[in-house]
Amino acid sequence: MIVRKSDRVLVQGITGKQGTFWTEQMQAYGTTVVGGVNPKKAGQSHCGVPIFATAKEAMASGGFDVSVMFIPPAAAKAAAIDAIEAGAKTVVCLTEHIPSHDVMEMHAAAAEHGTRIIGPNTAGIVTPGEGFVGIMPAFNPRVFQPGRVGVISRSGSLGTLVCLNLVRGGHGQSAFLGIGGDPMIGTTTKDALAALIDDPGTDAIALVGEIGGSMEEEAAELVAKTDKPVVSFIAGRASPPGKKMGHAGAIVTGDRGSYASKRGALERAGAVVVDVPGDLPAALDALMAEAAKRSGAQRLAD
Amino acid sequence: MNFEEQAGKSVLARAGVSVPQGRLCASAQEAEAAARAIGPVVVKAQVPTGKRGKSGGVKLAATPEEAAASAQAILGMEIGGFPVARVLVEEQAAIAREFYAAVLNDPASRSPLVLFSTEGGMDIEEVAATRPESLRRMAVDIRKGFGPADARRLLLGLDLGEAAVPVAAMLVDLYRVYRQHDAELLEINPLALLADGRVVPLDCKLTVDDAALYRQADIAELGAKEPLSALEERGRALDLKYIELEGNVGVLANGAGLTMTTMDVVSHAGGRPANFLEIGGEAYTKGTEALDLVLSNPGVKSLVVNFCGAFARTDVMAGGVIQAWKTLNPTVPVFFSIHGTGEDEAVRMVREELGIEPYDRMEDAISAAVEAAR
Repeated sequence: MIVRKSDRVLVQGITGKQGTFWTEQMQAYGTTVVGGVNPKKAGQSHCGVPIFATAKEAMASGGFDVSVMFIPPAAAKAAAIDAIEAGAKTVVCLTEHIPSHDVMEMHAAAAEHGTRIIGPNTAGIVTPGEGFVGIMPAFNPRVFQPGRVGVISRSGSLGTLVCLNLVRGGHGQSAFLGIGGDPMIGTTTKDALAALIDDPGTDAIALVGEIGGSMEEEAAELVAKTDKPVVSFIAGRASPPGKKMGHAGAIVTGDRGSYASKRGALERAGAVVVDVPGDLPAALDALMAEAAKRSGAQRLAD
Repeated sequence: MNFEEQAGKSVLARAGVSVPQGRLCASAQEAEAAARAIGPVVVKAQVPTGKRGKSGGVKLAATPEEAAASAQAILGMEIGGFPVARVLVEEQAAIAREFYAAVLNDPASRSPLVLFSTEGGMDIEEVAATRPESLRRMAVDIRKGFGPADARRLLLGLDLGEAAVPVAAMLVDLYRVYRQHDAELLEINPLALLADGRVVPLDCKLTVDDAALYRQADIAELGAKEPLSALEERGRALDLKYIELEGNVGVLANGAGLTMTTMDVVSHAGGRPANFLEIGGEAYTKGTEALDLVLSNPGVKSLVVNFCGAFARTDVMAGGVIQAWKTLNPTVPVFFSIHGTGEDEAVRMVREELGIEPYDRMEDAISAAVEAAR
């Protein structure tokens, strides 16, 4: 799920205002955009790439690896299933407010075809210096710099802030993985963490969570097993229970999804959880220094 | 959108599921008349929340006079923050056994989940903890659906006797209603086996996905209106996500995650956020309306504007805020932190047009706002 320059990207909904703007941004950054989809404009070209009627047609004509959807909620299910059945390896679903039953149909189709869905309601993924897919300001050098810290976030805005803080603290990113703020997302915090733990370009991980659901608790199992330092900030500590705080997934009902439960699980697993996002770089410095000392001692012992 | 018991039951009835006879009443007189027509009844508070029984919102009444007295006692109560304006006066059922049944969206399996337990009337968390052997669950492939064979498989090994057939049929019906109406949750607790062998829902909790209301227009009018403050109503009319809180530091940020975080940092710095208001996504052009909304809360003593633009352009958002500032001429102090897309232009505008220097660290902007609100 870490985007590479070699990944061929298809843009579903390329001709709309946002589709056009972000396709141009992706291309300028180096992402390999190979085509777009709009059934009404098939055969034409846009942003210098061909437009296809469907993702299946795009697959038959040259192929693609990743599809990114600039598609309104009511049409999202059909577009996602088109890309899945065409054989997309990954579908990045930016759309917010897709009816949940449609989302479950998308996930069922993805599971059957072995497609990874990122989102819904994600801001996308970034590999600084290589490419990005979605609506993150990858091109802003104050926010993104090539480096060794992997960042996971359910929120684009908070993820942007955290990346900015990291860059200021001297830490570039190996990848930014936006996973989305919906209750039923295809790629979970745990899946994203597993990808970063396996990534040889990642030395440490910043895990940005939020109240609602139990994804941070599930990810804590992997935190306990990895040697890579993990720092975390969990948003929503001050949010009242029973209210959806903007994200459909960010709601605390009863004991489920609480800040305390998430923070507790991550801390017990060995992560350092900070109170404010500005403290993340210092926490990371301390953990990485400790890890370096450990591996130095290990080398001496060898 | 949540549905009160009677609204949920009328959705079930419209879909062909048989429900107990009952009438919705707004006064003791209406309750008395209903009981005269029905016989012995249960009088139940209608609020879109649980724990009605424990709050005294459910009473048995053998006679019309008792029904009137029960309704009198329950109407006007407050349960879970909701004032009780209506009661459901429903026939008393001759209950042989009570079960639990539900269909809900399950984030873990990313699919519908059908739940059934022979322990009716209890909280499902409690059942799962104390009588796990009585609880069955089945994740459903949403594209294949849930049919009679699935229901039989789910119930296999439970001691249901002759109830097995009508219970299985009820589960299939509940799944059908759940799918037909884009439900997030359809929960029947208790689901009763009556002395005459029928299986009927004695309660009904229905939550329909807000994102799907556009295609559920026929039942949306039955749903419970969310209790919103006047400002929250205004926010909704403007299509802005605004939640009113008790504090005195106004919060305006973009994106759900950053807005929640801004509230967290306000609290961490010893202050109290006055609201949640985010203008990310398509709403980023609504800076003027948003600021007007925050400043309309008389409790606001200072304001934090925290933008970290990705999709949302900070120059556009800041432009909206500046325009509102010039129109409204507010007296509260405002503290900015601006980063991301359009940052240079946004910072320049705030500096030149308002004469305010944005803070480099959002934590510093927020601390200053908390200090100013004291």
